[in-house]
Amino acid sequence: MAELHNYTLNFGPQHPAAHGVLRLILETEGEVIRHADPHIGLLHRATEKLAETKPYNQSIGYMDRLDYVSMMCNEHGYVLALEKLLGVTPPIRAQYIRVMFDEITRLLNHLLWLGAHALDIGAMAVFLYAFREREDLLDCYEAVSGARMHATYYRPGGVYRDLPNTMPQYAPSAWRSEKDTKEMNESRQGSLLDFIQAFCDRFPQRVDEYETLLTDNRIWKQRTVDVGIVTAERALQLGFTGPMLRGSGVAWDLRKKQPYETYSALNFDIPIGKNGDCYDRYLVRVEEMRQSNRIILQCIEWLRKNPGPVMVNDAKVAPPSRTVMKESMEALIHHFKLFTEGYTIPAGEAYAAVEHPKGEFGVYLVSDGANKPYRLKIRAPGFSHLAALNEMSRGHMIADVVSILSSQDIVFGEIDR
Amino acid sequence: MNVLNTLQDNILSHFTAQGFVINHHAHPFVTLQAETPREQMALQSDRHELTLIVNKKALIDVATQLRDTPQFCFDQLIDVCGVDYLTYGVAEWVTDKATGSGFERAVDQDGIRMESFSGSRFAVVYHLLSVKLNQRLRLKVFLDESDMCIPSIMPVWPSADWFEREAFDLFGFLFEGHPDLRRILTDYGFIGHPFRKDFPTSGHVEMRYDKASERVIYQPVTIPERVLVPKVIREDSRYLEAENKHG
Repeated sequence: MAELHNYTLNFGPQHPAAHGVLRLILETEGEVIRHADPHIGLLHRATEKLAETKPYNQSIGYMDRLDYVSMMCNEHGYVLALEKLLGVTPPIRAQYIRVMFDEITRLLNHLLWLGAHALDIGAMAVFLYAFREREDLLDCYEAVSGARMHATYYRPGGVYRDLPNTMPQYAPSAWRSEKDTKEMNESRQGSLLDFIQAFCDRFPQRVDEYETLLTDNRIWKQRTVDVGIVTAERALQLGFTGPMLRGSGVAWDLRKKQPYETYSALNFDIPIGKNGDCYDRYLVRVEEMRQSNRIILQCIEWLRKNPGPVMVNDAKVAPPSRTVMKESMEALIHHFKLFTEGYTIPAGEAYAAVEHPKGEFGVYLVSDGANKPYRLKIRAPGFSHLAALNEMSRGHMIADVVSILSSQDIVFGEIDR
Repeated sequence: MNVLNTLQDNILSHFTAQGFVINHHAHPFVTLQAETPREQMALQSDRHELTLIVNKKALIDVATQLRDTPQFCFDQLIDVCGVDYLTYGVAEWVTDKATGSGFERAVDQDGIRMESFSGSRFAVVYHLLSVKLNQRLRLKVFLDESDMCIPSIMPVWPSADWFEREAFDLFGFLFEGHPDLRRILTDYGFIGHPFRKDFPTSGHVEMRYDKASERVIYQPVTIPERVLVPKVIREDSRYLEAENKHG
């Protein structure tokens, strides 16, 4: 009889299925995992420490770079914590814009996740289709903030500016004919809201297409069904949140249970799984995309009917408009103070959490009354998910580790911070 | 709002019945010295959030009860983090002299640290969530620099595993009973606890490729630490109105 050996296998940090810079030390017995020890921190940038050295508003841009596939949701968590400490409530239009962009971000995140998850398991095509959709959504980011990814769009007291009435257009060039350009610009003739509306109208069919490729696919099911099962009780103990928790059958969603902004006024459902395996987590996320689409459509309808301010009228936290600054000495002083020193926040501490595409994204902010945070702690959802990787992959094959890892929707920007 | 009041009353009645002494505060910042008796607790409500400050000797006991008692039912530990209060409430811009030494004051921090925070220096903060009852609670334990040991909360909530490793890595808390207290975020062989307030943002060492020895070496940092925007604390009342409206 052949002798069985225990192998210690190094996986990553430069591995396409490691979702960034994960180094996994796998102890295997034959091809069966006995122990998985993730080594993280290769992307540690000490965001929390850096934030302690800057005025509050200068750290908003850092939040985008945490989970770099769901940028605005990170900003949202931070901005909510600031608003809680300041006691500021943004205008209702700003709240709707935030909700809409949160859901656009959820689509962005889930599309990338779906593409990468499928790619890891071996279905190449989905990745290309998912990126086709992401392109349109990134254009929405660009239209509203000027940046395709790291938007810095949410500000304490509202959002940076109102939705634009025109969309940027493609121009013909050496590699793009007149005819192609016209086709590409077809959906860009109206406002941003028209563009998003057109996207939302075609998106559900696109999700159907992905589902045809995957949901009943025999190989897909073999790779995901009954892989990485977590029971509801264990998911709670391990600190799971978001789709990971819902995949295990716990109906918990902060948008419903602890509604922030205008979520309580919107209609949507919370999908939950039954078995808590990779397949259920896949189903939950796909259904979440459909629900996000529903929410976006409701927001568009509201935003079309209700124009209004998108920033609080409080010169102590929000910069005055350029036109006012030309005439008012007071406005000029406010602007100067705000951009040199920032605003001070009364002493105290607050924890604000949002339902981030990956789970509960929490920001714990301690202020000692200064213009910089005294301590900022970012509660990244992926951190506790990855911590459970050892438990979830024990007893599975090496190939299943990849399925489990990508079903957790891991992004190292937020885990390493 | 009601949930919060109910939880507050429940905490007061439940733990008072067991001989705990609970002081109730509404101040923005409450400290409980690390060497106070085990039964001493403080409850703080601020901005619709409840903070329960306990002695570390009572931590496991209180945590277990918060998890198992039906009216608390905190089935999830959301987050564990450390706070270093060394420079709490100390502005970089304050001086008695008319000009002081100009902007250099903010850069040269040594003078400031003298009159720093007087209470226990560190705190470990736990954020609890009850999925069943939809309520949140913050649990806080103060620690002195001289005794950084604190019992690990892992037997109560297993999710504390990596969070405690992180707090150990960044602040140097020693979680007693943690099965695998290794560094997690910093580099292999890292020295020091970077999130302490006396650890410079630029760090102590930098890494570069040394051509002479043909390998990567560490050397003391060559860049001076800079403060771009000094920390200021404004004692004005501009937010009082908003605060009163809020809570």
